[in-house]
Amino acid sequence: MDQSTDESPDPIDESVIETNVADAATSDTARGPADTIVEARNVDVFYDDVQALDDISMSIPEQRVTAMVGPSGCGKSTFLRCINRMNDRIDAARVEGELRLREKNVYDDDVDPVALRRRVGMVFQTPNPFPKSIYDNVAYGLEIQGIDGDYDQLVEESLRRAALWDEVSDQLHESGLDLSGGQQQRLCIARAIAPDPEIVLMDEPASALDPVATSKIEDLITDLAEEYTVIIVTHNMQQAARISDKTAVFLTGGELVEFGDTEQVFQNPGSDRVEDYITGKFG
Amino acid sequence: MSTDDIEADLTRNTENAPSELLARLFFFVCAVLSVVTTASIIVLLVSEAAKFFSVTAPLVGFAGETVSVVEFLTGTTWQVNSGEFGVLALVSATLLITVGAAIVSVPLGVATAIYLSEYASRRARRILKPALEILAGIPTVVYGFFALLYITPVIQLVFPDTGTFNLASASIVVGIMIIPMVASISEDAMSAVPEELRQAGYGMGATKFDVSTGVVVPAALSGIFSSFILALSRAIGETMAVTVAAGSQAAFLQPWNPASYLEGALPMTAAMIQLLLSDITGGGLGYRSLFAVGLTLFALTLSMNIVSDLIAQRYREEY
Repeated sequence: MDQSTDESPDPIDESVIETNVADAATSDTARGPADTIVEARNVDVFYDDVQALDDISMSIPEQRVTAMVGPSGCGKSTFLRCINRMNDRIDAARVEGELRLREKNVYDDDVDPVALRRRVGMVFQTPNPFPKSIYDNVAYGLEIQGIDGDYDQLVEESLRRAALWDEVSDQLHESGLDLSGGQQQRLCIARAIAPDPEIVLMDEPASALDPVATSKIEDLITDLAEEYTVIIVTHNMQQAARISDKTAVFLTGGELVEFGDTEQVFQNPGSDRVEDYITGKFG
Repeated sequence: MSTDDIEADLTRNTENAPSELLARLFFFVCAVLSVVTTASIIVLLVSEAAKFFSVTAPLVGFAGETVSVVEFLTGTTWQVNSGEFGVLALVSATLLITVGAAIVSVPLGVATAIYLSEYASRRARRILKPALEILAGIPTVVYGFFALLYITPVIQLVFPDTGTFNLASASIVVGIMIIPMVASISEDAMSAVPEELRQAGYGMGATKFDVSTGVVVPAALSGIFSSFILALSRAIGETMAVTVAAGSQAAFLQPWNPASYLEGALPMTAAMIQLLLSDITGGGLGYRSLFAVGLTLFALTLSMNIVSDLIAQRYREEY
């Protein structure tokens, strides 16, 4: 899959992989303070009687990368799926509290989850392109949302923004399933951003990928934050440190134990539990 | 453990112990039995049919009355008593019923499958799936009565000229009969579509309809096609319902003319029943035509099954 590495705008080298915490965190000062786009107020989530999230309150900034980290079962993915109400698909799930997208509580009775998900795109843990051509995968969101425009151009634009165009421009009408895992995941990102959502949710998008593909996805995420708000769940501490502006640390029991600028969370964590977790003493 | 013990322990040869060999033999015999049964039926069908055609009769050492293959395959009059064996009269009726049954069962079966797989709550599915299976368990002769006593009068309300025995009624009832087959095989195919694909669709802001028709159905296409072919093979071979509902007068009906559906005709299976029940003399031409029609029917369903496999392979999605 890497025959085109030399064509890509950012060739992979050690410096990218080792981007340090300070670099990532300076973006806030460089780009000025950000408005809040998603605000959670006392969010509890239950699966039947089991509490998955316990009183989560946090403000997620616009056009930044916010990372959710924590051990398995800490509720970070559950929180991510609250934002676009994907938890609605699980009968047993129950959400309490308020989750505001630009002041509108997405759990209000009058909110249409279909309309919500058109503003909040999602990329999943395992690459899941449709068994359709690359072109049709990217055009899918445009079609179902009835977006007008030059689809050829919109598809190309999305594939370029997902750093995949150069690798697939001559095989747009071949199946998306013929791509490598890393390419499939970038195709899924292209598909998610094609209808131009405000927020892109990513649920461990690189966990099924090898280090080179992971590094490409990480570069891409950093670029995406120029235009979109990216909220990413990861179990990889280094990844969170490399790519995010803000980091939220969840610990077992569905508690949010720390939320702040990534630099601060990693260099000067507020509690021993968080420090133990991020330095790898457990989890 | 001493060296001798290990030697004895490791060389027990359990794989070829008498009980293992006996079990292997038993399973082998069962497998062979079913293959042999099927094969001998085909052999019987072919060898008896061979006595019917003038080309092949000498090959099997048969000297009686025969019919030319061309006459059999292209003739449009089926009159056993006057020695006219044009199988197209029977094939046309069978094809009309099959097409009619497809028109009824394909949309309804697929829609049912979509409902069961994508829309139904767990509770609705628990009630509906067994109900469908009951539909599949109704004796086919009952379907025949149902066509004759309930469907035909309704058709006659709309088209007063329709005869008591007509292909429309037979088509509808065969269509209803195979809905459960289309629905259940299609539903299996749709349920096998990975949840990740649905999530991808919903995550894009797709509605349930978008996901069902734009993601799940295309991904399950090979299974859905297989369900069509299998169900239609069943429709072609269906006997009791069409014998009761379609009539007993062989007639060549133009398959491309919708008005044909309002007339009665004799499908292949019903013609075979008629031959068996009539006073055809054993060994006579009429008797031997039974095998020729049977072989034609077998060729038709076999080729549909082959087509089904090819289609399933062509559209198989690897997800």
